[in-house]
Amino acid sequence: MTLARSEVPRILIADDEAPARARLRDLLDECRERFPLAIVDEARNGREALEVLNREKVDIVLLDIRMPEIDGIEAARHIAGMAQPPAIIFTTAFDTYAIKAFEVNAIDYLLKPIRVERLLAALHKARAASPVTREALDAAANQPRRHLSVHERGKIHLVPVAEILYLRAELKYVTVRTIEREYLVEESLTGLEEEFGEAFVRVHRNCLVARAAVAGFERNAEESESGWAVVIKGTHEKLPVSRRQHHVVKQFR
Amino acid sequence: MGNVASINQTAAGIRLPNFCNLGIMLRSLVLVNVLLAAAALARAPDLGAAGLEFAGLAAFGEPVLIVSLLVLCGARRWLHAMGYGVSIVALVAFEVLLAWIVRRALGAAFVQGAGLPFLHLAMLVVLVTAITLAYFDLRSRALAPAIAEARIQALQARIRPHFLYNSINAVISLIRSEPRRAERALEDMADLFRVLMSDNRTLAPIGQEVELARQYLAIEALRLGDRLRVSWRIDGMPAEALVPPLMLQPLVENAVYHGIEPSPGGGEVVIEVRREGPQLVLVLVNPLPGGGRSPAGNRMAIANIRERLQLHFDAEATMKSEAADGSWRVTIRMPYLTAPA
Repeated sequence: MTLARSEVPRILIADDEAPARARLRDLLDECRERFPLAIVDEARNGREALEVLNREKVDIVLLDIRMPEIDGIEAARHIAGMAQPPAIIFTTAFDTYAIKAFEVNAIDYLLKPIRVERLLAALHKARAASPVTREALDAAANQPRRHLSVHERGKIHLVPVAEILYLRAELKYVTVRTIEREYLVEESLTGLEEEFGEAFVRVHRNCLVARAAVAGFERNAEESESGWAVVIKGTHEKLPVSRRQHHVVKQFR
Repeated sequence: MGNVASINQTAAGIRLPNFCNLGIMLRSLVLVNVLLAAAALARAPDLGAAGLEFAGLAAFGEPVLIVSLLVLCGARRWLHAMGYGVSIVALVAFEVLLAWIVRRALGAAFVQGAGLPFLHLAMLVVLVTAITLAYFDLRSRALAPAIAEARIQALQARIRPHFLYNSINAVISLIRSEPRRAERALEDMADLFRVLMSDNRTLAPIGQEVELARQYLAIEALRLGDRLRVSWRIDGMPAEALVPPLMLQPLVENAVYHGIEPSPGGGEVVIEVRREGPQLVLVLVNPLPGGGRSPAGNRMAIANIRERLQLHFDAEATMKSEAADGSWRVTIRMPYLTAPA
């Protein structure tokens, strides 16, 4: 992301600890002279950060890694899917795993307590460099996301993975079905299977069903090549089970 | 290695086992009976007679052994006061005397075992006593490196670097706006680290452990604000009861790390200490934000504490951790001790 020279970078602070947010505010104030900036808002966790991004134009997010509900890395993965994502500067006090993963994937981070010089350098760099890619973040993450993000009209909508009934691959997208409605996400079914494999079961080349959403199986000779269809809980939908995945039927008995 | 205190004693240099300890009692019973069985085998003319031979020896040996353990448990303070060398002589002399009394008492009823000439019996008693003491001496020496190792592990498990750096960050943020609070926080940290860095081999009063946990929680409250709620249930706590040092603080730290920090609204940590007859009971409850699964990171600290409990109390301490109703509960039961045993 490159900014027009005249624009002042708009910054969002995301950290679950009030003293840590206060400290960042103090430091950013110190940076102002050499790096004019505006603090847009503060967020106490990843979810709040994404809400601010839906509301405001933000250029740089200072993102703490360990936060409740949606941590920094998951928030960053959702942010990276935006059409015009802000630059992300991760902050952490101590996180052996994340630091190692960041080094490997060339992702920048700041160690708390943060020195003003380091912050200033990171701000300059964030302004000049292109944002971290989704691939690098996926590689650095060590646990599955708790949500899938749907990007609609420049806004991030979060779908909790626990609420997903099934995932079905369409041409370029994957349809995500929850009890209320369907969403389209730009992901690959194989990638989703790798990430959430334990909670889902593959019933067909193009379909993963949440284990918790399986109400039962029905004989269905017309549509299904294996002669079976899986009944989805809470809906009247039946999805065909392929011959190859026929063993799934037995697994659930 | 000489200056490392053995498990069941806290005063340096004493190597006589603590006969009040259940583990020591069980080990003595097994060892003495194995030795009696060996003696029976050696004495028996054929294998069939060995059983009868053992029954005879056991009829004499068992009362001696049980009375010995009870008396030694009661007299451990005097024995420790004598010093190791003198206490061994006194112990052996007592065993021989006891053997004589038991032989007189049983003489008529059990000809088989007690029928041995007294000199025979006395030498058997001296040998068995010597072997038992030698076994405990060796065992405590073998465990000494394990204790040193446990100390190092304890040192590593005590404080998460996560806590250290986050706290420093929190204190820095206070320096400009609230210098007084920053001062107090640094004082708490200094106290905490003083205890962490000190020699922690000897048992410490639970009251001191509670105070340490309070200071730790005061620092955490700085960062977490009203997300961290603590409920102390220590009205029935015997403050003088002795526990392995630095047992409570790592448990509380665990509760904050896994139970409070991952939840946006925070939660309550409940700490309960009470006495139940001969036992001291410590219960720690924290919420489980991850939806009821036991957090994997908990195991390290729990395993470490379990190990140290075992080193200090052998089979007499138990530690149980379980997930129930969306919370995580750790229960520790250990012998109620007031002065070094």
